[in-house]
Amino acid sequence: MSANTSGPILRVDDVTLAFGGLVANRDVTLDVARGEILGLIGPNGAGKSTLFNLISGVYRPNRGRILFEGADITRLPPAERCRRGIARTFQVPRSFDSMNVLENVTVGALARHPTAAAARRAALETLERVELTHRTEAVAGELTPPEKRRLEVARALATGPSLLLLDEVLTGLTPSEAKAGVGLIRRVAEAGVTVIMVEHVMEVVMPLVDRAVVLHLGSVLAQGLPAELVRDDAVITAYLGERHRAA
Amino acid sequence: MAGTTITAAPTGSLPLDESARRFTAKRRRSLYVGAVVFAALAALPYAIRDVYLQNVLVLTLLYAALSQSWNILGGYCGQISLGHALYFGIGAYATSILFVNYGITPWAGLGLGAVIAALVALAIGWPCFRLGGHYFSIATIVIAEAGLLLVQNWDFVGGAMGVQWPFNPDAWATLQFAQDKVPYVHLALGLFVATWLVTYGVAESRWGYGWRAVKDDPAAAQSLGVEVFRSKMAAAAISAFFTAIGGGLYAAYVSYIDPESVMSFRFSLLFALPAVLGGVGTLWGALVGAVILIPITEISRSYLGGTGSGIDLIFYGALVMIVSLARPEGVLSLFKRTRKARNAEI
Repeated sequence: MSANTSGPILRVDDVTLAFGGLVANRDVTLDVARGEILGLIGPNGAGKSTLFNLISGVYRPNRGRILFEGADITRLPPAERCRRGIARTFQVPRSFDSMNVLENVTVGALARHPTAAAARRAALETLERVELTHRTEAVAGELTPPEKRRLEVARALATGPSLLLLDEVLTGLTPSEAKAGVGLIRRVAEAGVTVIMVEHVMEVVMPLVDRAVVLHLGSVLAQGLPAELVRDDAVITAYLGERHRAA
Repeated sequence: MAGTTITAAPTGSLPLDESARRFTAKRRRSLYVGAVVFAALAALPYAIRDVYLQNVLVLTLLYAALSQSWNILGGYCGQISLGHALYFGIGAYATSILFVNYGITPWAGLGLGAVIAALVALAIGWPCFRLGGHYFSIATIVIAEAGLLLVQNWDFVGGAMGVQWPFNPDAWATLQFAQDKVPYVHLALGLFVATWLVTYGVAESRWGYGWRAVKDDPAAAQSLGVEVFRSKMAAAAISAFFTAIGGGLYAAYVSYIDPESVMSFRFSLLFALPAVLGGVGTLWGALVGAVILIPITEISRSYLGGTGSGIDLIFYGALVMIVSLARPEGVLSLFKRTRKARNAEI
């Protein structure tokens, strides 16, 4: 590997993106360390999904740069970013509903494997990894919502990412499903994948993440260890609410 | 990927190998089915000696091939073109002009027309694939209509008068068979088999997966490394290539073409309909759709008399409405459902 392996895997450098008069992200700067699980939290409309779209290449910022593995990727299209090692899931699952589960994951695996046969094999391994083998031949459109989230993760993992962006993959799950999801994310991180996750369920996120960044009105309000953030006055006022202070 | 073995569910490696094996068996089975169906179709004109019915057979197979070509772009890649008459016309005119004006064998015209059509498809795709959904379809209609007007006013290709093929003795070199229609059946079948094999091969390739992903969700596709724009361009070029070959064969078959008879909007519809009827984005949908659609329209047309250009269009419209209301996935999905239901009972 190059000398870049020592620096942060991702650097968002003073990024601003506005839609007309609405500033979705303002002067956002953050570093993501190799191998960490970073939580991205904040109220609805704070700009979390916009930031994901900027990192994965759906949007290009008006100002600022995004560096991945030390290289400037600000202007690269999404497909190229995927090949470089950035994978994502979507807040509202975007499965390929006319294809079955295996085919969905094979699409992702083709980013890493030259032939369809090799990709299919890798896809089957990925399905084992996320424990979805029992649904291999089910049509994606017929999956339950939790299964769809799992499929999203499988598809993203099949691209062989070094950075994985998870957009609310634990939201709307039952406690036992969420627990299984947490286990999966831990295993992914242990395998050496850096994870950034947007999540709302504080009880689930805070124990899981190494560090958290709080976005508010498009800007970084605070960042640090989960234990520090839950006591931060600004964070409590903007996001967690007074109830949390009492606790 | 290093940590996968530690975390794999304790199911052993059986499901993985089992899945791979079942997949290969399924692929091989559809090749066998193809071989049997194609052999039967090749033998069919020897059983049907009636020239009128042979004509229906030629048209059915030709439309199956054309719809299979359309299906590559419309069914697999999800880009609904309603302007494929343009590529059909390019093939028909390239073949006719080379042969009639310059005496060059139609085989060369088929190849040249196919290449020109593919290039035109790329030139159209360059701006139009930036348009989403319905706007793309509307653009294809408009461009094909513009092509029709262009040819009507272009004296070099015969203008509105069209091109009449000379009468020659039957020969494979000139694709002229006035006495016997069987060779045309085999030519049309050959084109269908070619498009079927391309579809079969490409469906299980990087391109095929990319196309289906683009069709279902372009945003998700690009996030997974699929080059969305390039995928559409490739599908359009391949689709246009085979549509033009169909146009060339059709010109040789009918021996006379004019702009209206090969480039009108009606053809664009007729290429889409069999695939839509049979099952969009499936290997057999186009053939099933053509087998239902073409004989019914040909026979009803001869009984209703004249060319009656309105009546068959009403019929197509009604058919599409029935299919989209009752079975949007096409006729083929009927069989899939029953098999699944049967499995569920066991």
